[in-house]
Amino acid sequence: MKHESIEVNSGLLIVLILAAISIGGLVEIVPLFKIDETVEKVEGVRPYTPLELRGRDIYIREGCYACHSQMVRPFRDEMLRYGHYSLAAESKYDHPFQWASKRTGPDLARLGGKYSDEWHTQHLINPQAIVPESVMPPYPWLMENELDYSDIEKRLIANKRVGVPYSMSQEEYERNVEKFGKDMADKLHIPNAEASLEAQATNRVWDGDPDRITEMDAMVAYLQVLGTMVDFSQYEAGELAEYR
Amino acid sequence: MSTASASAAANPAADAVYNYGIIKRFTVMSLFWAILGMSAGLMAASQLAWPWLNMGIPEITFGRIRPVHTSLVIFGFGGNALLGTSYYIVQRTCRAPLWGGKLAEFTFWGWNVAVAVGVVLYMLGYTQAREYAEFVWPVDLLIAAVWLAYLAVFAMTIRHRSQPHIYVANWFYMAFILAVLILHVFNNLQMPVSLTGLESYSLFAGAQDAMTQWWYGHNVVGFILTAGFLGMMYYFVPKQAGRPVYSYRLSIVHFWALSFLYMWVGAHHLHWTALPDWTSTLAATFSILLLLPSWGGMINGIMTLSGAWDKLRTDPIMMFLITALAFYGMSTFEGPLMSLKSVNALSHYTDWTVGHVHSGALGWVAMITFGSFYHLIPKLWDTTIHSVRLIYVHFWLATIGIVLYIASMWVAGIGQGLMLRAFDEYGNLAYTFIETVSFMHLPYVVRAVGGMFFLSGVLLMIYNVYMTITAAKRQPRTAESGMEAKPAST
Repeated sequence: MKHESIEVNSGLLIVLILAAISIGGLVEIVPLFKIDETVEKVEGVRPYTPLELRGRDIYIREGCYACHSQMVRPFRDEMLRYGHYSLAAESKYDHPFQWASKRTGPDLARLGGKYSDEWHTQHLINPQAIVPESVMPPYPWLMENELDYSDIEKRLIANKRVGVPYSMSQEEYERNVEKFGKDMADKLHIPNAEASLEAQATNRVWDGDPDRITEMDAMVAYLQVLGTMVDFSQYEAGELAEYR
Repeated sequence: MSTASASAAANPAADAVYNYGIIKRFTVMSLFWAILGMSAGLMAASQLAWPWLNMGIPEITFGRIRPVHTSLVIFGFGGNALLGTSYYIVQRTCRAPLWGGKLAEFTFWGWNVAVAVGVVLYMLGYTQAREYAEFVWPVDLLIAAVWLAYLAVFAMTIRHRSQPHIYVANWFYMAFILAVLILHVFNNLQMPVSLTGLESYSLFAGAQDAMTQWWYGHNVVGFILTAGFLGMMYYFVPKQAGRPVYSYRLSIVHFWALSFLYMWVGAHHLHWTALPDWTSTLAATFSILLLLPSWGGMINGIMTLSGAWDKLRTDPIMMFLITALAFYGMSTFEGPLMSLKSVNALSHYTDWTVGHVHSGALGWVAMITFGSFYHLIPKLWDTTIHSVRLIYVHFWLATIGIVLYIASMWVAGIGQGLMLRAFDEYGNLAYTFIETVSFMHLPYVVRAVGGMFFLSGVLLMIYNVYMTITAAKRQPRTAESGMEAKPAST
């Protein structure tokens, strides 16, 4: 076939372009949904509690991903600096993923438990007060704003619709009890969402102010759970590497 | 051959019915968004050098300003430039008026409303947190509608052409339009929290979501910032040089190779992550292959000037166009280099990537657009440019700005990468993270200065264009009065 026959036929041109641009994406993306090895089988990874999910929403709203990755790579320096490299399973409930592409600040994939709640609160209000050389913007409004959780049930339902195992029916709830334990299953039960959020926000004084449920409460709760779900002491060295 | 249609003599009867009005508006809006988008970029760069500039105001903190910058320059500046020039080129090379009437109007208003609303919503905190696809779902729907209309207008204009051949520039625009439609739809599959709200959650999660996003992310570069602007190049470089495209055969080979290969390479943004290894290996392989069609385009563009090299000394528009191609060649060499896993281990997450993007975005995309606009604007308003000298000044301001930007980002990125992986004699980490942040202060200052140079060049261009247009409007139009657009001299 002469190329000229494409140049004089716009329909043919369109069809051939569509063919050329479709193949790469199909080959690389479609198998990821089918192949079991894409996501490792590890214990402990669970959906975010309502409070953590609201914290994550705020993390997204503020564009934290523009400067912080959540993806530790399997290098010696990164494991020393951050901890065990990240697993695909650890973000399997992340809609959207927050691996990000730039580290103007450090990686946050294993941030949970490294600093106190108070450290996070003070650091978010004024980063330079804690780390003078930091270039991070201050987020004082997280402390001022009351957390809006009026639509928390809708948020969980939206997540459920895209595959996160929040429970609505008794049957789903019992499956979660089996998988995540009763305490956690209660928090992941959509009809309980508001009460669970309030309980988690007040049982631990995340932001130092026990009287109000602020955006800071949710943000700190989210930051403190990052990278803590999998207990890596349960796995042999190299066992997880086979998934790469 | 097909190259002939670009340099064909104008046909006054056909020219009288070309729709130039819409192209004028796209051109002006492109420059408008350029100023806003680059100012937002300068602001973001300055905030990294001097963090007090965040000022504790939610709407202008770095995390919200950064997508404002990227969306305004890619979709505002770049998008309007591509829609405008494609409408110009498709009409002239097909010798056919723009199809669609009101539908073309809709693409102008719809596109610009989407960009404006989208970025205001970022500042208010509404984002999908997908790089270069941060627009919330109602804006995505509007963009999808605009894009379908754009496809219809462009394809139907080609169908109604009075030339047998479809000129090569139109192939590239067609690939750009089709690819963006697919990318936009599949990367914005979202589950809204409620139908009356703006927030949503991505349909995919984790590794699959990452792969989809970077399949999109890199092909925004591949099909908007590369294929689209190559379409621009294939018209304006031969026009400005007054010579046919260097090699017809090369344009065929590199067009199909580029269209096929780009779609494979997105996963090189995910090396060493939790994405399965085979995917990123495949992406790295295709990234290296991609060097060939990229350089095919560069060579075809630059060699079009053969026999007229003296224009590089005498014609500042040609300087813009050829320098753009040189930067295109440089950044498409740097890209495959950075897609090698061993190099990527150092460069990923650092400012080297930011510098690389800007050598493409400032060096190639913006420079080819400026050159094309300096050619196009006097033709649209049927006049001559106000000041050729100011084009020279703009060229040098832009070039100095780019060099400062890229060089400082190499220092910041490679420097930080090396510091983070350095060990002391006992095998401990040699530097804390915050020490790398302190180290990057000086490069960040230089980068912001580079941005100031670049932005001041654009301000100068706007002044030059403004003077050109107002002078054109004052000119009496005796002979051609009554014609919508008179034939542009070729």
